[in-house]
Amino acid sequence: MDKRVDILIVGGGPAGLAAAVAAKKSGADRILILERDEELGGILNQCIHNGFGLHTFKEELTGPEYASRYIWQVEELGIPYLLQTIVIDISASEAVKLVTAINKENGIFTIEAKAVVLAMGCRERSRGALNIPGYRPAGIYSAGTAQRYVNMEGRMPGKEVVVLGSGDIGLIMARRMTLEGAKVKMVAELMPYSGGLKRNIVQCLEDYGIPLKLSHTVIDIDGRERVKGVTVAEADENRKPIPGTEEYISCDTLLLSCGLIPENELSVGLGVSLNPVTAGPVVNESLETSVEGVFACGNVLHVHDLVDYVSEEACSAGEHAAAYARGGRPAEEHKVTLKCAGGVRYTVPSLICVERIDKEQVVRFRVGSVYKDVFLTVYYNNTVVIKQKKRVLLPGEMEQIKLKKVEMEKFPDLKTITVAIEREG
Amino acid sequence: MYDVIVIGAGVTGAAIARELSKYEYEGKVAVLERASDICEGTSKANSGIVHAGHDATPGTLKAKLNVLGNQRMEQLSKELDFPFKRNGTLVLCFDGKDRDKMQELLKKGRLNGVEGLRIIEAEEIQRLEPNVSNEACAALYAPSGGIVCPFGLTAALAENACENGVEFYLNTKVERIRKSPAGYVLQTSAGIFESQIIVNAAGLYADALHNMVSEKKLHIVPRKGEYCLFDKAVGGYVSHTIFQLPTRYGKGVLVTPTVHGNLMMGPTAVDIEDKEGTNTTEEGIADLLKRGGLSIKRVPAEKIITSFAGLRAHEDGGDFVIEEVEDAQGFIDVAGIESPGLTCAPAIGEYVAGMVLERLPAPKKVDFKACREAIRGMADADEEERKALIEKNPAYANVICRCELVTEGEIMDAIHRPLGATTLDGVKRRTRAGMGRCQSGFCAPKTVEILARELGKDIGEITKSGGSSMFLTGYDKAEV
Repeated sequence: MDKRVDILIVGGGPAGLAAAVAAKKSGADRILILERDEELGGILNQCIHNGFGLHTFKEELTGPEYASRYIWQVEELGIPYLLQTIVIDISASEAVKLVTAINKENGIFTIEAKAVVLAMGCRERSRGALNIPGYRPAGIYSAGTAQRYVNMEGRMPGKEVVVLGSGDIGLIMARRMTLEGAKVKMVAELMPYSGGLKRNIVQCLEDYGIPLKLSHTVIDIDGRERVKGVTVAEADENRKPIPGTEEYISCDTLLLSCGLIPENELSVGLGVSLNPVTAGPVVNESLETSVEGVFACGNVLHVHDLVDYVSEEACSAGEHAAAYARGGRPAEEHKVTLKCAGGVRYTVPSLICVERIDKEQVVRFRVGSVYKDVFLTVYYNNTVVIKQKKRVLLPGEMEQIKLKKVEMEKFPDLKTITVAIEREG
Repeated sequence: MYDVIVIGAGVTGAAIARELSKYEYEGKVAVLERASDICEGTSKANSGIVHAGHDATPGTLKAKLNVLGNQRMEQLSKELDFPFKRNGTLVLCFDGKDRDKMQELLKKGRLNGVEGLRIIEAEEIQRLEPNVSNEACAALYAPSGGIVCPFGLTAALAENACENGVEFYLNTKVERIRKSPAGYVLQTSAGIFESQIIVNAAGLYADALHNMVSEKKLHIVPRKGEYCLFDKAVGGYVSHTIFQLPTRYGKGVLVTPTVHGNLMMGPTAVDIEDKEGTNTTEEGIADLLKRGGLSIKRVPAEKIITSFAGLRAHEDGGDFVIEEVEDAQGFIDVAGIESPGLTCAPAIGEYVAGMVLERLPAPKKVDFKACREAIRGMADADEEERKALIEKNPAYANVICRCELVTEGEIMDAIHRPLGATTLDGVKRRTRAGMGRCQSGFCAPKTVEILARELGKDIGEITKSGGSSMFLTGYDKAEV
């Protein structure tokens, strides 16, 4: 094993794979992917439903198929990877990053890397973090854990199911559990809108007659050994349960799909600054974190809705990491801060160095609630440069806007770019 | 026919068993436990505090055993290799009018023999604990207070007792007790047991067992305490255990670091009827965050990783009931062991063993093994230890729980050591796999797989905590 590499990629899921392929194609030589699971592909391996790759490959693939398109490229390009290998520490000293990892074959070892790409993905919000009152029996699973059981182990985590949260995994699992023989009694969603894609609500719930109860939440879990039932209540506009609306639903399983949290414990240990809104690293135009030479992409950076965007973003991170490892990046001179206004929750990136943009800069963001018939406006300092009519903007769907370098260069005193949702013309 | 049977494998029963295992009993000593694992009742859900001993009324058993238990804990933690830290406690006073209550506590503490107690003022409080509320005008500082891992302590005591010859019977619920000429006959869910002496350490159910043999009835009320546990990211928010001046229902809501580096708040104190009522409630959690929040500048509520509830075994009299039952010779009650029961456990063990020995003398074992080694964890190991562990068994390089850095090697150790884990919760309490921020989302399937493999079972047979707490319910499409 090479203990010195140009680019070390933490995570062999869709983000890590795309970053590796892009880095290799843009000339980086020594790349190493470290993956904690038994195979490359990350969470896509358990996403056996279709709907992946419509943007990237113009065809409908399953999760494992989508992953394999990248795994093949990694194999063809001869990019080395280690499986069942978990990174336990990353540190930076001068221009070198030290990545300590552990696996059965090599024990504990440290790799010296010029650049690091963080692609660790995210975890699901747990029952504990949601603080749902009640007993703590068996039968409470995050939707992803249940998905692993059903799709990879062929085992049923339960037979009568209530799903809390209408995130995409929850919707997908409502359909999957139904197809595998379980009775899914309800999907309850605390918010007045779903956090999942519209197409998933139609294809996973409506097609199977599974009720989606918006503004409803689980307020109690019954059962001492195995779940016996849950109490669902309607929530008011402050997301508090409304007394008198409680309904007991007997079930043996509660699946939770209540949000994803980027897994940035390693990043924090390294000293990377996080954005409290995304819980992911603060990054610049190169998707480079506050620690020079450390890049981030995919769900560890911010939670995505479509894997196609993960690949696109990771590709950019891989190219920038390669440029960094090669050396000779343009010096940072013209720095611009990105700001959000009027319902835009965050932007990725949040800093731009104009010299380092190739031709255009993709800015990804999400909105905080449902917006209809609004304008998406971009200001350079105080000047409106983009104004797009948007029929609907949903919190569950990631948005993006492309900023042209030539436009930015027209504003020599450009200090802030503001992305805003505006109602009035 | 046993010489002694201890009913209950919580911290109290385990401490008594370990103490008895120092003696050569010909007819043997056994522990009967209704649950599928040790430490499944009150011992698993409490504050994990080693109290200094200033709360109990001087002269009570609680007062006497608390100070002794606190003193014993350090040595015991070295012998039995469990996490214990003397982090000191502060009892906050928020109102000048309450200073006399604080003085009273100081006086009680000194009478009880607590060392190093002193009153500190606001400035020193802030110096010691910058995140404690500015409203705290003074505090009682007890440097001898500490924190312990309640599972670690209980497992250490039980494993050591087991290694020294005490027999443990799990999934064994005592249903009836009958006096016999030689002692007592116990009818259990796993058959008949007979013993000369019975030690009743059955926690919440100690009254039910007592009442089977005595006319003088006991009554134990389950007093619920709810807790919130916070991410290690805020584990250093306070370094001492922070109490408020006590109320009628106990020592109030505390804020404390845990020995494993989390932050914890709790407990509430509500008397309930259901002895299995370990559910958390919306009101309870809201109440504890509100009351605990008075002690600190800000409650990092966004960092809560789980909440849980435990039930204290509160006896109507308010003190521990540790005595031979008047009308049932050879039947020793160890009942009403509520706070500071965890602290007292080592002292209760000695005290009860003394009572047993008085009735049934036995020589000291010459080959008693005083020491026990804990599961070696990768998380706390230094580089050298880590390498040595991996060299011994490469499974120590296979990380199963990424949040707490627990490896396959540790889980295998937890399964195969004396009184090893057979359930997901059993592994969790012994190794911390699943106790981290993702709350077992990633590691549970892997742990289940290791349990099944090591125990020679199918994964469908593995439970969360015994009984019908099945993790899986069959195969895909089995019902289609």
